Amino acid sequence: MNANPKWSWGARAVLLLPYLWLAAFFLAPFVIVVKISFSQTALAQPPYIPVFDLAAGWQGLKDFLTQLTADGYRLIVSDPIYLLSYLKSLEVAAVSTAILLVIGYPIAYGIARAPRGIQPFLVIMVVLPFWTSFLIRVYAWINILQRDGLLNEMLLALHIVREPQSWLSSDIAIYIGVVYTYLPFMVLPLYAILEEMDETLLEAAADLGCTRTRGFWLVTLPLSLPGVAAGALLCFIPIVGEFVIPDLLGSSKTLMIGQTLWTEFFSNRDWPVASAIAVALLALLLVPIVFYQRLQSRQLEGLR
Amino acid sequence: MRRISAFNIVSVVLGLAFLYLPIVILVIYSFNASRLVTVWGGWSFAWYRELLQDEAMLRASSISLRVAALSATAATVLGTCAAVALVRMGRFRGRLFFASMVYAPLVIPEVITGLSLLLLFVAVNIDRGFWTIVFAHTTLTMCFVTVIVQARLISFDRSLEEAAMDLGCPPFKTLLTITLPLIFPAIAAGWMLAFSLSLDDLVIASFTTGPGAITLPIRIYSEVRLGVKPEINAICTIIIVVVAVVTITASFMTKRGAARRERPAFAADG
Repeated sequence: MNANPKWSWGARAVLLLPYLWLAAFFLAPFVIVVKISFSQTALAQPPYIPVFDLAAGWQGLKDFLTQLTADGYRLIVSDPIYLLSYLKSLEVAAVSTAILLVIGYPIAYGIARAPRGIQPFLVIMVVLPFWTSFLIRVYAWINILQRDGLLNEMLLALHIVREPQSWLSSDIAIYIGVVYTYLPFMVLPLYAILEEMDETLLEAAADLGCTRTRGFWLVTLPLSLPGVAAGALLCFIPIVGEFVIPDLLGSSKTLMIGQTLWTEFFSNRDWPVASAIAVALLALLLVPIVFYQRLQSRQLEGLR
Repeated sequence: MRRISAFNIVSVVLGLAFLYLPIVILVIYSFNASRLVTVWGGWSFAWYRELLQDEAMLRASSISLRVAALSATAATVLGTCAAVALVRMGRFRGRLFFASMVYAPLVIPEVITGLSLLLLFVAVNIDRGFWTIVFAHTTLTMCFVTVIVQARLISFDRSLEEAAMDLGCPPFKTLLTITLPLIFPAIAAGWMLAFSLSLDDLVIASFTTGPGAITLPIRIYSEVRLGVKPEINAICTIIIVVVAVVTITASFMTKRGAARRERPAFAADG
């Protein structure tokens, strides 16, 4: 960080302050998670051994190392509950990301083609629910989907169903909840790229005899692929680790991995296994996260 | 030249209806005199009055507001510093590593962030409660502030800064007297986003909280698990109104300050 010798202490503080904060509250915690994932459960406070003791010196370090174990990982590999959880999370994330794309693209496209004057207003309308509490948005669906809720009431009135259906505690409810809460995350990156698109390209295509539909498939869609990738990753990654939505709307039969981690931690108080799940989940998401970060920084550099 | 098809209009209208209908229903039912969701018993403020007598809910609201104000302020300072470092300090050593640390919390599942922060607090033996939630929320939300301020700094006209420095103003003083006032709308929008994210967070707060520090989402969550209650509809309506007012203010501030072609910065990247 000595590229510019003119930097005063103030400039250095500007960099060091967030650097040190993230090192202490983001990086260090991960090292600890990895360490605890190799520990053993114990009836103690904190509920795991070994606890590293600096005062014991070299001998302490050796004792510490010999007590480490991969039992947590062995458990999550051998017990199908964990594997099923991971698969369930991947399935929910993949299917909902696909649904989000199908629903989100026409919305983003519609906003991008709206008159310039009302575009900012439409964007705010899409962003507003994102700012509204996540929990509230999930809760709003309980109002609608519960047994004596509005959906059943409506279906009964229209004679589509004979008796109230249970919509809650099902995969359908999870998908509705996920698509509903993540829709702004999908629409905004898509809109950002569609809005910037050069209209003359479409005109050129039309001049050369391309119909509007073909123009869309041959010009608009391929050019918007970076936005598709950004939106898909922005939804896929957090959905895999989602906890609140499946917990409130889903059934307790097959848990998503975020729920399994939560249960291991809060109900079973098995911190090493919870940490092992977290490390394995992160390993699973590492490729999409790195991909997303490269996309993100390329986009920001491109603006320069 | 730009032609709008019926399909465009229908998809936007349906999309917005899908986004707003559940919230509108929730708000309407918070004024329902009947306790049953499906029975409309006329308009009433009964659940709001009940809310005012709910000591636990009021205490949780006050804790949440204080956590949000403190963590948003700390996050704004740290996040703005990080954005300035990323945009204005060139290619310093460890820049890529720093950038990864800034972007990672945006997408890493909350259960992981929450668990890792809790394990940190246990490892260093801090009493968990109010302050540990503040630290945790600061860490999460500063990254969102960075993204917003960074987007503004990048699309920012540097000629004013260069003029100041040509006239002999040292870089750090230029930052304080020229840059920061000009990007203030983005900083304010960052604060508001951090504030509402903190107010909203359930997962990270559940991991990092301790005895006595029950935030509003934790409280609402424990009630919601037991089923729908009109009081919950009422508190949710109040939160929605507060957040809507804050959001609309924030978006006006960014729009007034930002260049016309600037993309909708908040949330677009986070």
